[in-house]
Amino acid sequence: MTAGTLTILDDGRPVDVAASPAAGRIRLDADALAALGWELTEDGLCREGLCVPTPATWSAADAVGLAELASVLGRSLAVDADERVAWLGAGADERARALRSLTAPDFALADLDGRVHRLSDHRGRKVLLVVWASW
Amino acid sequence: MAVDRGADDARPWIDAARPTHPSLIDPWHVVADLYNVVNVPTDVWIDERGRIVRPNDVGFGTDTFRALTGLDSAKHVAAIRAWVTGGLAPMPDERVRALQTLPTPEAQEARAEFALGRWLWERGRAGAAARHFDRASALAPHDFAIRRGTMPLRSIDPMGPEFRRMFAEWNAAGQPYYRPLPE
Repeated sequence: MTAGTLTILDDGRPVDVAASPAAGRIRLDADALAALGWELTEDGLCREGLCVPTPATWSAADAVGLAELASVLGRSLAVDADERVAWLGAGADERARALRSLTAPDFALADLDGRVHRLSDHRGRKVLLVVWASW
Repeated sequence: MAVDRGADDARPWIDAARPTHPSLIDPWHVVADLYNVVNVPTDVWIDERGRIVRPNDVGFGTDTFRALTGLDSAKHVAAIRAWVTGGLAPMPDERVRALQTLPTPEAQEARAEFALGRWLWERGRAGAAARHFDRASALAPHDFAIRRGTMPLRSIDPMGPEFRRMFAEWNAAGQPYYRPLPE
């Protein structure tokens, strides 16, 4: 990573943006928001025609704080300013909504041989999901 | 799936069990994040349509840990058998929802801290990674998948004093989030 850039792992997808932590805040300009798939407009933060309302104090001319962005989007956030990397994960509301729907969230994971299995590959059969660990 | 540091940690158990079903490795806690899994073993029942018909439950397949947990495997295994063979009345959706434990904002912040730590750990940044595992553990002190599951990534014995401290704290707090369903 070059100086002045920050890697944001957006649900694990690395997005390199120009951002400098200043006074403990990481500020994102319009280009950084665009790299994350968002545009700040009069209607709020927008992506593909859908907009999330933003606080009245936000203006399209200003940079947006990463923490404020995560808060408005209802995302979880972990930051390491020294390592210049941040993780933008799923928020509690998003996860709770999905679980409440009772549709089992799909996922893909590899077995010991590296073969990837999807939960949805097993549609039509009952699935007993067992989470275990060696520890 | 094994919520483990990597395939090598899980391999001896999978090799010994020789399962005929898929046995997956989840080093990034993908399933723990999606399903709000905080400890092992955790079972979820999913029907033919891909619907959750019994939410996260604590269920042991054997009695290896019965002295420690006080939990018997026989009832649990019999219930699974009855479900698979169609001998069990389906649980109404509203009952399934009532028995679910949904993630808190702190739980999701902890998972973000875990994921960032994991990312750093994979890049050889063990010291930086440990900071985030510690933060994740502070945010979700009773989440065994995070606090105990990251001990091998922090060079801490997951059976040692640190684990016993966590176990004592969890007991003192009334064993939150990780008890068998009431039915």
